[in-house]
Amino acid sequence: MNLDFSAEDLAFRDEVRTFIAENYPAELRGKQDEGDELSKEDFLSWHKVLAKKGWVAPAWPVEYGGTGWSQTQRYIWSEETARADCIRLMPFGLAMVGPVIYAFGTPEQKAHFLPRILSGEDWWCQGYSEPGAGSDLASLRTKAVRDGDDYVVNGQKTWTTMAQHADWGFFLVRTDPDAKMQEGISFLLIDMKSPGIQVRPIITLGGEHEVNEVFLDNVRVPVANRVYEENKGWTCAKFLLAHERVGIAGVASSKRGVEKIKAIAATEMDGDRSLLANPFFKRKVAELEIDLAALEYTELRTLAGMAAGNNPGPESSVLKIKGSEIQQRLTELTLEMAGHYGAPYFRGFGAGDNEHPIGQEWANRAAPTYFNARKTTIYGGSNEIQRNVIAKMVLGL
Amino acid sequence: MDLSTTETQTMLRDTLARFLADTYTFDARQKMLASPEGRDPGIWRALSSELGLTCAPFAEELGGMGGGAIENQIMMEELGKVIAIEPWVQTIVAGGGALKAAGGPLAEATIPAIIAGDCVIAFAYAEPQGRYNLADIGTTAKQDGAGYVLNGHKGVVYAAPWATHLLVTARTGGSRREREGVELFLVDAKAAGISRRDYPTVDGFRASEVYFENVAIPGEALLSGGIDLIERVVDECTVAICAEATGIGRAMLAQTQDYAGQRKQFGQPISKFQVLQHRMADMLVEAEQIASMALMGTLRLDEPAAARKAAASMVKAKVARSIKFIGQNAIQTHGGIGITVELAIGHYFKRATMIENQFGSADYHLERFEALTYAA
Repeated sequence: MNLDFSAEDLAFRDEVRTFIAENYPAELRGKQDEGDELSKEDFLSWHKVLAKKGWVAPAWPVEYGGTGWSQTQRYIWSEETARADCIRLMPFGLAMVGPVIYAFGTPEQKAHFLPRILSGEDWWCQGYSEPGAGSDLASLRTKAVRDGDDYVVNGQKTWTTMAQHADWGFFLVRTDPDAKMQEGISFLLIDMKSPGIQVRPIITLGGEHEVNEVFLDNVRVPVANRVYEENKGWTCAKFLLAHERVGIAGVASSKRGVEKIKAIAATEMDGDRSLLANPFFKRKVAELEIDLAALEYTELRTLAGMAAGNNPGPESSVLKIKGSEIQQRLTELTLEMAGHYGAPYFRGFGAGDNEHPIGQEWANRAAPTYFNARKTTIYGGSNEIQRNVIAKMVLGL
Repeated sequence: MDLSTTETQTMLRDTLARFLADTYTFDARQKMLASPEGRDPGIWRALSSELGLTCAPFAEELGGMGGGAIENQIMMEELGKVIAIEPWVQTIVAGGGALKAAGGPLAEATIPAIIAGDCVIAFAYAEPQGRYNLADIGTTAKQDGAGYVLNGHKGVVYAAPWATHLLVTARTGGSRREREGVELFLVDAKAAGISRRDYPTVDGFRASEVYFENVAIPGEALLSGGIDLIERVVDECTVAICAEATGIGRAMLAQTQDYAGQRKQFGQPISKFQVLQHRMADMLVEAEQIASMALMGTLRLDEPAAARKAAASMVKAKVARSIKFIGQNAIQTHGGIGITVELAIGHYFKRATMIENQFGSADYHLERFEALTYAA
């Protein structure tokens, strides 16, 4: 057992580092530096670079377009992309519906959808939560009624991230109203351009338009677009949630976050000392870094288990709880560093206008980022739900 | 010991509460924020000339009611309940407080104008490099004949776009971070050489970066008292926003209670889950402590400087942490809807978050408290 990188691993790291340096889209980098809001094209620009290189889906099996990298190489990849401040690729196709399709889909579904996910041709969104079904996801009420070769879908979804850009959505719908909660649910792939679909924006506290409500009014969906058996969609949903929780820990980007805080705090003055020399602040950063190390090694143990063939189980809830809390603490510390300059608010400043930030750019974004990060303990199964999972599934209480 | 309020104080509270309940509905507030000016100036007019509330903390000889810190506490608590964006802290507590403490002809001339609602003040005390250190000041006030000439840059000046006057800290001598040589001036906001860059703040106010370029001001603009006066004024402001936090914390708890009673998951209102019951119980514990600390701060503002400073820092250190606890748990209990602009709770959370660091963070005040009271 060891964590040392082999010579091959180190060579791989250099290759990755060089590739990112030479191929990361310059325009995207510029917008990130300016704090601009990113468009669909911005998100896709990096995706497409990676698709061309064959590196867009490292976690996928090789036969479907994965890279065949070892766990170590994948770890290096996530470290290096975080280190270089690469944007996070949209997970809805690559990390969510893609794995469901290659694990449960028909040969036709695999042949049609997987290449389009890899290329970035289709932008996906996730139709899970409903106004009355959040933490209690299985109580969802959007229903699909069979009519010949189609389902007719009616209902409402909410918190649908980036649905405004989506070509396709994967939806959990109720196909058997009489079955017990989890048993009458099916997993449908729905063309977002279908007649009867309406997307309404929800604006969040930082002024962002990330999430939406999706209304489905007599939307016809071919039965061929159902993944896995009718009424067995919960199996896909559980599979996906467990996978989602692993990635949700965000270790590499949080490590980068700690580095950034230390770098800023070292130059930000607090009287005649730097903020990093302020013992109160320094202690908080150090505690965070230690918690992050504990999370990182917990994730490594989970990944090693997966490499040995185990499915990520309820233990992934540990990763979700600690990962989300650490992400929030990073934003708290950044807001604290901003001091007075956490208050000025510029919605989408820089996006098409010539407004310069007030004070420093990182400070101006600190409050909206802090507000936005409150979502991390709510989404992907709220942390209360994760604790229920641990209590029931791990502890057997 | 008697912690009850007088009849007059109760009447002030009721008058303001009734008025705000009508004028500061969620929709009305949203409309104010979205308007070009970012506020409804009619409300300040009503608070002053119609309802006569702005006179509460001022001496009777100048047209006031003879009140002080307690009246400010009452007003701030009510303003907090509706997350009002009125410049009470800046105009009444900072401006009015500085004038009261300094006295003299400028105070006698200006306080009646404040009471009448004609004078709105913004407190320009912070600078980009200075964080919370009130003596870390680069803005200079150079003596020039009988007057002064101001040069410098003041940062994140709340209410500056609305102000008729600026309460400015500037250096007449001494070097950066030296306590000696820092003075307080009341300056006409339209004086030649003042420029502003205005912007909204995340908590719904308007603020500015204010630049002074060879701004000539008369000698009478000086409010004598130096850094001691400035510290006193900032302590008064600090305690005032802690009173505001009392109103905000209680409102957030009430909204959370209400939402948890309505929101059903797993076949029952989420308020039935013990983990959420305990969370809301903890929120109440924190809300009560905010109220207690705001009261303590209010009652100790007139103590000798060292005791007053220590008390104000105790209050802010505690309140900053308590209001953060309440805010974060209010949002978590609401779930996704709490992070949207559609429900009031998110807007309360934003103001609550800004209160944490306004006039000094929890860490700053802890350190200040320790330095003042724990002999090395």
